Amino acid sequence: MEAKTKDLWVFVETKEDGSAKNVGIELLNPGRELADKQGGKLVAVVIGCGVKAAVEEAACHGADQVLYVDGEEFRQYSTDAYVAALDHLVETYGPTTMLIGATPNGRDMGPRLSSRLQTGLTADCTGLAIDEETGCVAWTRPAFGGNLMATILCTDHRPQLGTVRPGVFKKPAAGEAKAEITKVDFSFPAEGIRTEILEVIKETAGELVDLEGADIIVAGGRGVGSAEGFAPVRELAEALGATVGASRAAVDAGWISHSHQVGQTGKTVGPKLYIACGISGAIQHLAGMSASDVIVAINKDADAPIFGVADYGIVGNLFEVLPALTAEIKKRKG
Amino acid sequence: MNILVCIKQVPDTTEIKIDPVTNTLVRDGVPSIINPFDGYALEAAARIKDQDPDTRIVVLSMGPKQAEAALREALAIAADKAYLVTDRMFGGSDTLATSYILYNAISKVEELEGLKFDAIFCGKQAIDGDTAQVGPELAELLNYPQVTYALEATNADGTLHILKEGEDGNYLIGVKTPCLITFTKPSFDPRFPTIKRKMAARKAVIENLTSAELPNIDPARAGLKGSPTKVKKTFVPPRKEAGVVIKEETGEESAQKLFTLLSEAHVI
Ligand SMILES: Cc1cc2nc3c(=O)[nH]c(=O)nc-3n(C[C@H](O)[C@H](O)[C@H](O)COP(=O)(O)OP(=O)(O)OC[C@H]3O[C@@H](n4cnc5c(N)ncnc54)[C@H](O)[C@@H]3O)c2cc1C
Ligand SMILES: Nc1ncnc2c1ncn2[C@@H]1O[C@H](COP(=O)(O)O)[C@@H](O)[C@H]1O
Repeated sequence: MEAKTKDLWVFVETKEDGSAKNVGIELLNPGRELADKQGGKLVAVVIGCGVKAAVEEAACHGADQVLYVDGEEFRQYSTDAYVAALDHLVETYGPTTMLIGATPNGRDMGPRLSSRLQTGLTADCTGLAIDEETGCVAWTRPAFGGNLMATILCTDHRPQLGTVRPGVFKKPAAGEAKAEITKVDFSFPAEGIRTEILEVIKETAGELVDLEGADIIVAGGRGVGSAEGFAPVRELAEALGATVGASRAAVDAGWISHSHQVGQTGKTVGPKLYIACGISGAIQHLAGMSASDVIVAINKDADAPIFGVADYGIVGNLFEVLPALTAEIKKRKG
Repeated sequence: MNILVCIKQVPDTTEIKIDPVTNTLVRDGVPSIINPFDGYALEAAARIKDQDPDTRIVVLSMGPKQAEAALREALAIAADKAYLVTDRMFGGSDTLATSYILYNAISKVEELEGLKFDAIFCGKQAIDGDTAQVGPELAELLNYPQVTYALEATNADGTLHILKEGEDGNYLIGVKTPCLITFTKPSFDPRFPTIKRKMAARKAVIENLTSAELPNIDPARAGLKGSPTKVKKTFVPPRKEAGVVIKEETGEESAQKLFTLLSEAHVI
């Protein structure tokens, strides 16, 4: 299809309470720059039920316009209803570019939408720019488990779509809302939703592991040795107000639940500080955390690959280092 | 139930190294394997067959002739029949073009097999490209409901019950067949082939489908030319500058030094 406008859209995914997920707001940051270069508006798109909070958040983080669809059928994410709504919006308004957070829902919805619109989608991007030659978005993403980066263009189809990793971009500063807010009337028949949530199985009652939104993560790997071995990891996390992460080896051993796993088959994170304890730094683990601002590694083996990405590396035994570090933090914080 | 599992042969990315001199990917000598996530999809199909022996499992791959090795392995593990889509014209396809070719191949396989598939199983993503797009793109072309990030699937009378991995826990999802499911890593390991199946797989005929057998494919939507996304360049990610190494006499001293450095850098 043809783009009707030069506008750049950011899909702002909502949480169950109607507020925005971090990544949608983060994307307004590179979105601003790309929109200015494309010479169009920066438009935030919100779909959900009772989404006033997300609409306001998008408006005060720099969007020129917020388009939103609100209805009971969008309370829970479903591929069928969300893709139908987005397809309707795209057909109606014709953006030239759309950024979608590479969350599980974003990566469920993005390819389905690209197939419906028969346009190109670039997955899980970590870099965004405008290609000087073509004026298209230059999407940069890791492949081969992070060993290789590829820059991809979608020259002939519109809109050009991409999912972008959470935690890569910083949220823009909040300011006065100046966005034009547009409610779009769109409803989707309940019987059109062909999947049904039969049961929600929360991992541990009440414990939400928000790795993607965490500022600090303390993660343990096979080096912690046992489920009990996670105690010093948890204590340091508590002292720092951090979230606990884990490598797949620790998860596979059954020492901690999968919701803590960081990496290619776990969460992709981008905290301000990532402390890897007893983690060797396999490429699949690095794929999920190398975008962290500051990386600290604690490992017995001076040759462990994790030291290759670490800003600060302690060669030592985590069972000595972690308690000492926790004590030091508690002491200084009073 | 009839299940089609889409399988891609990929280089084992855990074995890939970067040539320190040319700064390029060394692919020579890297073994080719079944994409691990496709192995999980195959295991899920095999588990349905364990419950209901009438289940037929067909595997389909698109790729060069050598991808037959991956299909033979799938036959040895659990599949009843394998098809390879292979044609120069299909080379260089991006995910959208791949899903379009697989879509056409699926209807051809259904015609050849004289059946309709109740479910299409894919891996969540292929570990070479890591895109996780082919499954949902294919589901859209088939106009089937999709469930992504599946851990387990059980057949409940025309409805599949899918244990789906969520952000803060798991979901049990009911989805009517026909449907498309993409699988991620479950808590159990996939089964190994038996000697008997291995021997049979070695002799099995793998049917090849080329553009001649798939006349409905519009060349404008296949291969490099038919792909809306194009790779402009690839590069090895810049290595980070070497970090500060702390190695004091005792763990305690190292911890204190780290604390001082992190405070000075205003990280904590
Ligand atoms: C398709 C695929 C997907 C994958 N996805 C993921 C993923 O999402 N996330 C992930 O993490 N992995 C993933 N992996 C697995 C990955 O390849 C590694 O096997 C895994 O990350 C290793 O975990 P680890 O570093 O904890 O264990 P190991 O590699 O065993 O490392 C343990 C480290 O602890 C150190 N150590 C031991 N004792 C101590 C001590 N007392 N003090 C300090 N250091 C100590 C050792 O020196 C060693 O370096 C995936 C693999 C594949 C094939
Ligand atoms: N060439 C192919 N042949 C068969 N199946 C494929 C092919 N490419 C992708 N798939 C399927 O689509 C899934 C997702 O692949 P991708 O979108 O490339 O990450 C894989 O796990 C496979 O099940």
